Amino acid sequence: MQEFLGLPLQASAHAAEIDRIIVIVHWLMAVLFVGWAAFFVYTLIRFRASANPKADYAGVKSHTSSYLEVGVAAVEAVILLFFAIPAWTVRVNAFPPEEGATVVHVIAKQFEWHSVYPGPDGVFGHRDASLITPTNAVGLDRDDPAGADDVHTINQLNLPVDEPVIVYLSSLDVIHSFAIPQMRVKQDAIPGMEIPVWWVPTVAGDFEVNCSQLCGLGHYRMRGFVSIMNRADFDGFLAEEGARIADAAAD
Amino acid sequence: MENVTTAEHVAHAEHAHDEHELSFLRAYVFSVDHKVIGIQYAITAMLFLLFGFSLMMLMRWQLAYPGAPIPIIGNFLGQANAPGGIMLPEFYNQLGAMHGTIMVFMGVVPLAVGGFGNYVLPLQIGAPDMAFPRLNMASYWAFFGGGVVMFASFFVPGGAANSGWTSYAPLSIIALEGQTWWLIGMIFLITSSLLGSINFIVTALQLRAPGLSFMRLPFFVWAQLVTAFLLLLAFPPLEAAGVLQLMDRVADTSFFMPSGLVTTEGPLEISGGGNPLLWQHLFWFLAHPEVYVLILPAMGIVAEILANNTRKPLWGYRVLVASVIFLGFMSFIVWAHHMFLTGMGTAMSAFFQTTTMIISVPSVVILSAFFITLYGGSIRYNVPMLFALAFLPMFGIGGLTGLPLGLSAPDIHLHDTYYVIGHFHYVVAPGTIFALFAGLYYWYPKATGRVMNETLGKIHFWGSFIAINCVFAPMFITGLVGVNRRLYDGGMQYAHAQEVMEWNAFMSYGAWALGLFQIFFIVNFFWSIRNGKKVGDNPWGATTIEWQAPSPPPHGNFTTPPEAHRGPYEYSVPGASNDFSMQGQATGAEPEPAKV
Repeated sequence: MQEFLGLPLQASAHAAEIDRIIVIVHWLMAVLFVGWAAFFVYTLIRFRASANPKADYAGVKSHTSSYLEVGVAAVEAVILLFFAIPAWTVRVNAFPPEEGATVVHVIAKQFEWHSVYPGPDGVFGHRDASLITPTNAVGLDRDDPAGADDVHTINQLNLPVDEPVIVYLSSLDVIHSFAIPQMRVKQDAIPGMEIPVWWVPTVAGDFEVNCSQLCGLGHYRMRGFVSIMNRADFDGFLAEEGARIADAAAD
Repeated sequence: MENVTTAEHVAHAEHAHDEHELSFLRAYVFSVDHKVIGIQYAITAMLFLLFGFSLMMLMRWQLAYPGAPIPIIGNFLGQANAPGGIMLPEFYNQLGAMHGTIMVFMGVVPLAVGGFGNYVLPLQIGAPDMAFPRLNMASYWAFFGGGVVMFASFFVPGGAANSGWTSYAPLSIIALEGQTWWLIGMIFLITSSLLGSINFIVTALQLRAPGLSFMRLPFFVWAQLVTAFLLLLAFPPLEAAGVLQLMDRVADTSFFMPSGLVTTEGPLEISGGGNPLLWQHLFWFLAHPEVYVLILPAMGIVAEILANNTRKPLWGYRVLVASVIFLGFMSFIVWAHHMFLTGMGTAMSAFFQTTTMIISVPSVVILSAFFITLYGGSIRYNVPMLFALAFLPMFGIGGLTGLPLGLSAPDIHLHDTYYVIGHFHYVVAPGTIFALFAGLYYWYPKATGRVMNETLGKIHFWGSFIAINCVFAPMFITGLVGVNRRLYDGGMQYAHAQEVMEWNAFMSYGAWALGLFQIFFIVNFFWSIRNGKKVGDNPWGATTIEWQAPSPPPHGNFTTPPEAHRGPYEYSVPGASNDFSMQGQATGAEPEPAKV
């Protein structure tokens, strides 16, 4: 079923769990649909007027359909209680500790994805809407000691493989939605809110962030890139960016 | 007491009807007759359906051939929308928002409720008219006004609304002028629905013919009654929300606008402190019951036609009535399943997932009862029956694909993809709209005294059936791969979408073919008014009371006040001389009610 449905590559630790629910629900759908369709086609042929000129006033007398309906409700209850609700609980409640995770602030704006890393001090600096300029798109406060070393990238999110990631998602203007289909990650970015989302990328390589919520005329091209790399490359990226910020500050 | 009231009403109405000749304007334009209003609603709504469908056919060009100039039509779209015939993203977003708005609020609902409800419901309950004829006329003209405002919005600077039919804030609030027109149009349309819904409720409760108890009501009347309650209770929050959004746009309030917003044009000069999610809650509190407003009248139509063309009673009438009432209640507590990805915690998501799974059960019960009705029937395959039969598996697909979307964890992958588009279009297009076609073919002889042409009808049916599946089935394929909705280029930008991009052109061919096959319907519809085969008052051998009235029914509807003597679907009653025992005919022994 997984292959039949054509779901994308599973590039995160929880992708298989999401897919398992999609597959189970599609089995339920397939059984119901095939059952209905078989009964439907049989009755259409067997009870056409020429084959059955006199209709039966009473029709079906058995209560088989009631048992089937109870069965459907029972399967749905099992899916809910043992698969869907637990899976969601893990996504929104069971966050890993921040010390062992890569924490990134992702800020959406028309039509770009901005990523801010805390830098070597591990602390995010102050950001303020009043500081936003064409060269400081998310309003980083470089005068804040915690913010002086913050790394800022545009449309490029780098993450280490096989380590938990926590993204704090926000938006400067309208609602966007941060989606990486291969990692089964999708979360609306809503102005006025900061929404955390976490996952563990398990496949190194390049992926894309899709904007999934209509955000204006450039919605279709609001694409970011995600690079999943080994730890050494990730540290190298942060060091390189850190050096660049230091150079800029020295100038 | 009720009987006396109805009889008096009929006597009074007949007296009034004979009193004076109406001018053309009062008889056909500003009419208070439910049948004229029903036909006005139906024609206006069908024109909007055609218009909304045309917008989609334009979008399908852009999706099939992104950036290619639209042949011929492209020259007439205007430089602001399609310079050199090439559609701009701004225009694509207008088409998307207006396609949804027009199809839902100006097409399907006015046809299903305003058209069929107005025309058929009073006839089916043996009433001379709606309870409040002037209110009924006001409802139509409010709808018409809303339609004019929506249509005109294409011609204001910046064009029509372009923030989706859902109009999520803040995007809708910082949008151009078209959005203001959209909101004003919506206020007209909502007002129209509210005026209509109270009228339907009072009519169905108060104007039933003597003997027409609740358990003898045709299922169509039940469906319309529950629909009217949904409209009455769900639309006021959206009307309020629409006014609030209008204030946010024109009076600089901030109901839906948080502080600190910065757009590409700099910081917004607003007070802030509002919440964009408030809009979503108010919107979906209407828009989910709205889904049932779309589907319940369709189910009602299908029930009538299935019983008639299987020549046997509808199976499980009591359970069907209970299910439709239960659906109505439940539809008010599932709305936030549209909002799983707005940062929802476990408790809220568990509640809305559970209610969503619960609401699937009565839908399964209704669909199963319809399938089981076929068993033991003597099935006639006329055009209304073909459309009604096609409704069953098509609504089945639409309903079933709602299951994974109603669970929050699978929604992480499927939300805002083409899977969603496929899901709700299966419910509304080959589901509801097919049922509406079934109803148009079925009641056409009542309104005109003539039947529509069978051959043209069958070409219309088979062509539409195949084409519409070519449009919507591939959406599940692209959706599961993760292709997003509302993309101006259909997903060309994204690497993961590449493997399914060829489906975009395939779906577009389906859409254009679907458009071509509607020509058979349009020709048939107008040609048959004068040239269709003349038939008597009850061409289908049907049981319900509307078939007792002359075709077309005169002002006041019935020549003698009808009375109900039995249930609505007494077909093939053992020992009866005919295979249909009409609800209003006293002759012969009253048969036992159908076992359920």
